Amino acid sequence: MNPETALELYRTMVVMRKFEEKLFYLFSTRAMPGSMHQYNGQEAVAAGVCAHLSRDDYITSTHRGHGHCIAKGADINAVMAEMFAKSTGCCRGMGGSMHIADFNVGMLGANAIVAGGIPIAVGAGWSCSYLKNGNVSVAFFGDGAANEGAFHEALNLASVWQLPVVFVCENNLYGFSTHYRRVTNIENIADRAAAYGIPGIVADGMDVNDVYEKGGDCIQRARDGKGPAILECKTYRFRGHSRFEPAVYRGKDELEEWKKRDPIVVWRKALRDDMGVAEKKLTALEEDAQMVIDESVAFAESGPDPEPAAYKECIFK
Amino acid sequence: MKTTIVQALRQGLIEEMKRDDRVVLLGEDIGVFGGAYRVTEGLYEQFGEERVRDTPISEGAIIGAAVGAAMTGLIPVAEMQFNDFIACGMDQLCNQAAKMRSMMGGQVSVPMVLRAPMGATGRAAQHSQCLEGWFMHCPGLKVVLPSTPYDAKGLLKTAIRDENPVVFLEHKMLYGGASPGGKAKSAVGSLSEAYAPAPDEEYTIPFGKADIKREGEDVTVVATSFMVHLALEAAEQLKTEGVEAEVVDLRTLVPLDRESILASVEKTGRIIVAMEEVTTAGAAAEVAALIAEEGVFYLKGPVKRVCSADTPIPFAPAMEADAVPGSDDIARAIREVMEWE
Repeated sequence: MNPETALELYRTMVVMRKFEEKLFYLFSTRAMPGSMHQYNGQEAVAAGVCAHLSRDDYITSTHRGHGHCIAKGADINAVMAEMFAKSTGCCRGMGGSMHIADFNVGMLGANAIVAGGIPIAVGAGWSCSYLKNGNVSVAFFGDGAANEGAFHEALNLASVWQLPVVFVCENNLYGFSTHYRRVTNIENIADRAAAYGIPGIVADGMDVNDVYEKGGDCIQRARDGKGPAILECKTYRFRGHSRFEPAVYRGKDELEEWKKRDPIVVWRKALRDDMGVAEKKLTALEEDAQMVIDESVAFAESGPDPEPAAYKECIFK
Repeated sequence: MKTTIVQALRQGLIEEMKRDDRVVLLGEDIGVFGGAYRVTEGLYEQFGEERVRDTPISEGAIIGAAVGAAMTGLIPVAEMQFNDFIACGMDQLCNQAAKMRSMMGGQVSVPMVLRAPMGATGRAAQHSQCLEGWFMHCPGLKVVLPSTPYDAKGLLKTAIRDENPVVFLEHKMLYGGASPGGKAKSAVGSLSEAYAPAPDEEYTIPFGKADIKREGEDVTVVATSFMVHLALEAAEQLKTEGVEAEVVDLRTLVPLDRESILASVEKTGRIIVAMEEVTTAGAAAEVAALIAEEGVFYLKGPVKRVCSADTPIPFAPAMEADAVPGSDDIARAIREVMEWE
């Protein structure tokens, strides 16, 4: 990995984390509407995969979609404004956290139906293949989604049509409160790839380098017309399922163990100790990231609320 | 001239596929085999596998792939073998396709068509339903039900050019009997000239414009799909009794041509809503509600619905005939409302 990429991965992850930290604060101190599902801990997955994508490639995301949006290069001001339900939000206040999307950068939307985005990513991959534009499509989803019928139908279709789609399973161990091994009788969801005749790869989702390397292989393979693959990233969410959900179903020790592998802390150490990036440079990058987030909040707060009847314009084109 | 709905739909698909390379077809058995009801016969050979794609039996993935493709530059026309099977892909239709544009604040549109046969033809509960009410109840979907080859071609071309998801429901009794398993049950041979052929020339039919299939002064029968023809049959029976019924073919339920419905009721003062869907909470109920809200003072008596019984459609022919309305049921309803002065 070249030094610029290494630093860019770090920057992306820091922006995601600071975005989530700011949201957590905003939710706790004021009436931010709705709910949210936070990405803290899983940053290496979106960062490592999306580093291989251009604006013209597509991704679909999940209810836990803030990180994917940021990694795909969405306009952070518009994403933050959507959290505030402003008319300047990326979805003009129609979607909120669970539907954030930015079609200018190929981010086809967070999706509040578990596995709902997977068949859509297959359709986007079909477009890329039919139009022969060299683009690819990536479906992000969780371990819970792998037990939905949509997962099976979508993977089978992508495989028989040999579409340029990469299925990125973020296995954060829990579907809401339920440990995946209580509802999934195999260790690796990637092993299901065998059922579709496609590669199934397991990556350390706490190590951005590993995700970057293996994600890059899957994406290049898809771009080369060799068809889909599953990339399962073993990861962990540091917060509860949603908003202030305390996650009492997980032991405190478990959380502390995983936090020792915080992908941002780990990568920062690698940058400084192994790649010789100056502490000053890292600090400056972190301050810049904070500024990006603070500016997005200022942008969001200053934006107008949508007209109460504005939703009527969106139903049909 | 295309004299059956199957031929007219095929012609509509061919014209649109020639007009626009982005139009692609997908569905179960539509390619090599030519479609369970033969709508796509010959299209695989004419347009190739890239544009006429056989799929696994995966309704969710078929609809979902159509949604994703529509969001990213294609115009997919997906076929369901029976409209009952849409239930397997309901999330992708109702939570994804219908809501995508709204949820994303208008950033995207989903220009796709979902075609599906419907109606009772002796195949019992899971191959006989008329589900237009489900789709009408889901804001963001347009819902189209052609009753003639002429309308089928013109409406399908409009559906393909529409930038929103369109559910296009085709009644099996109107197909014309083409079926790989021998002649399928069909009413086409016994229909009047109202089953108008589709000319080969270019035309489209706008959504939201009902078609008065028969003019009359005494009673309005609002109908869709196959029931339009049963209403016309009933009207001919009643003509001999001195009653002139007006038959209003809605053609599209979303958008709904409220003006034409109200105008006809204003003229006749009596209304029957004839649809093959089950009675409760359907499209016919919606038309009845429209009259109650906006046309009640035109009426000489209550609105009357002629729909299927609230039941899974039974198999035995005599039971099916009892559950599903026929022209006699419409004629009886007309006689009833004619008693109101």
